Amino acid sequence: MTEAVNQPSAPSAIRLVDLSRHYQMGQTLIRAVDGLSVQIPAGEFVALLGSSGSGKSSLLNLIAGLDRPTSGAVLVEDRDLAKLSREELAKYRLRTVGMVFQSFNLVSRMTLEENVELPLRFAEVDRGQRDALALRALERVGLGKRATHRPAELSGGEQQRAALARALINQPKLLLADEPTGNLDSHTGTEIMNFIREFNQSLGMTIVMVTHERALAERYAKRMIFLADGKLIDDQLNSIAITTETHENHP
Amino acid sequence: MKTYDLTELALRNLRESSLRNSLTTIGISVGVASLVAMLSLGIGLQKLATRRLVSSGLFDTVVVMSRRDLRGFGRDDERNTATAAESRTLDEAARQEIERLPDVLEAYPDIRFITELRYQGNPHLTMVSGIPDSARSNDAFSGIQGSFFSSDSAPEVILQKSFAAELLGKNTKSSQDDEIPVADLAKPILGQELVMRYAQRVASAETPQRAKADSSATVGNVKHPTQQPSDSAYSVISREQEFKIVGVSDLDPDSMRGAARARVFLPLKMAESLHVMQSSDLRDSVRGFNKQPSYSTISARVKGPKQIESVEQAIKKLGFNTFSILDATRSLRQFFAVLDLFLGIFGSLALAVASIGIVNTLVMAILERRREIGIMKAIGASDGDVKKLFFAEAGAMGVLGGMVGVTLGWLIGHVINIGTNIYLKRQSLPPESFWSVPWWLVGAAVVFALVVSLVSGLYPAARAARLDPVQALRYE
Repeated sequence: MTEAVNQPSAPSAIRLVDLSRHYQMGQTLIRAVDGLSVQIPAGEFVALLGSSGSGKSSLLNLIAGLDRPTSGAVLVEDRDLAKLSREELAKYRLRTVGMVFQSFNLVSRMTLEENVELPLRFAEVDRGQRDALALRALERVGLGKRATHRPAELSGGEQQRAALARALINQPKLLLADEPTGNLDSHTGTEIMNFIREFNQSLGMTIVMVTHERALAERYAKRMIFLADGKLIDDQLNSIAITTETHENHP
Repeated sequence: MKTYDLTELALRNLRESSLRNSLTTIGISVGVASLVAMLSLGIGLQKLATRRLVSSGLFDTVVVMSRRDLRGFGRDDERNTATAAESRTLDEAARQEIERLPDVLEAYPDIRFITELRYQGNPHLTMVSGIPDSARSNDAFSGIQGSFFSSDSAPEVILQKSFAAELLGKNTKSSQDDEIPVADLAKPILGQELVMRYAQRVASAETPQRAKADSSATVGNVKHPTQQPSDSAYSVISREQEFKIVGVSDLDPDSMRGAARARVFLPLKMAESLHVMQSSDLRDSVRGFNKQPSYSTISARVKGPKQIESVEQAIKKLGFNTFSILDATRSLRQFFAVLDLFLGIFGSLALAVASIGIVNTLVMAILERRREIGIMKAIGASDGDVKKLFFAEAGAMGVLGGMVGVTLGWLIGHVINIGTNIYLKRQSLPPESFWSVPWWLVGAAVVFALVVSLVSGLYPAARAARLDPVQALRYE
């Protein structure tokens, strides 16, 4: 069962106000995000759905502070990201956001432990504390014994679990996932989604997940935002989302 | 990011592309080695020249003359300025006063006279000079055959090799004789006796009881033949003294401290005790100055060339004229400063080429690690973190290259030094050290390599920091 979203009752973690991101490609103006206004309350699990080129990833990059809007505003915890300096945006990404990508994006030359503790290096956490935190994060995703392995020695699912551990290490308030199961088989994808849901439920983390798989979104997300050509075409609450761990394969 | 994290990550990144980074580091090493080699050659040559000049005694000696001696150096300056009060006698009291001046190690009279020396009954006329015990370290006596004087008052002589050749009946004008090794000249002559006949100055009141005078003459302020000579009058007595030949010096007498152009050397105290009639005695006698025996010149040995100027000023204030070769040392220092500059520039050229290698390596690293940079930015690395990381990598290559380069430069210098000395030995020349790698050069070379590397890393680091994370993450 789904219903349209009008006014979220919880305080907003993310507020997009008439947000646009346009690119000039030669003579053509690409409207990746076009006048989008959305509020996402803290602790919500939101899926951004749409076909390829609909602007999902562009929107995620804007929320992550990796890109700046052409117009409008991205407010995260009432801070307008467009007004932050490059240095402040880096701090925002370090302390407020955790990111998971479709292609895992682990540094291939580093071990899992080194990959996971990398954000802690940027946060200037002491080595001893860093090692313990990284190991705990890896244990949480079931990779405690693979800490010294390099990404190439791991399966896709294991790599994505390691990426999740890295995203969690700084205890961010937002977890932004860009097609987190896109490169995984259905069983492994379920495993990853279970982890993400667990973080949402146990840590109260706000999740924004980009996917083009509606079934996956319906299974896990409490809210689904549909985009097409950079515009919001639908915004629904999903009451049928599974709230407990499942071992079923998603379609 | 903390410094040790930065260093660790930088070294780790360098290890990952070990071949390329090693080649770049070798490039820096070659540059630093060339710089070190060039500069150490310049420094070595400067040290060698300075050592030679200082040991020659020319550059740490002030020659002191009386202002009465108008033949001396700087007479034009002094002719108008010297007053009667300032016109002091260059006597023993003056010598002691000069010796007490700060930075003066010793002051000794220049005793030099032409006299007759008899060897195996044959007379030879030559210049004889008294030299102080400090001349033991003089360059002129470094290649001595036999030994230096056993004491400052021993009846011993050292011969210049051309005089030794003359005593042995060799023709010194012949270019062939110059090739006779000094050892061959010394062998038959060392330990032999040499008889010197000289003119001794004796005060008229003194009766030369012990002297076997051949003849004598009275010189002085005599107004009338029947009058007693005044206290400035003295007698000149011909005397003989036997000396033992203890050494033969190899070098040209022109390079010798305060004993220029002499061919026979006596210990200074011995020479003084002979009271040999000096040319200045006669002049002073005519002018009526010589109540006390005076010296024609005094040599003041100064701690180092740097103190020459102040000592000269102090001596001038005492009322004497001075002369030193200070200006020559200034020109010498200027020459070596220019030489070092040019050698440094040539040496730096290789380092400049190496710096292009660093830029190339780091730009390649940015291209290769574009995605990695994107990942780092996505998970919270600031522009500064990325910039510092590339700086650290450039710096690490610089420091490593600098250290290897200094070692390489030192080794090159050592090998060339050994090679040069083998060549010198074959040419029957004494070994020399043309190479000097002082500690400051070691430190400066490593710091210079670091600075060059950091400057080379400026552009790549800025480029990496500016990288758009969205674009970088799309890069495959």
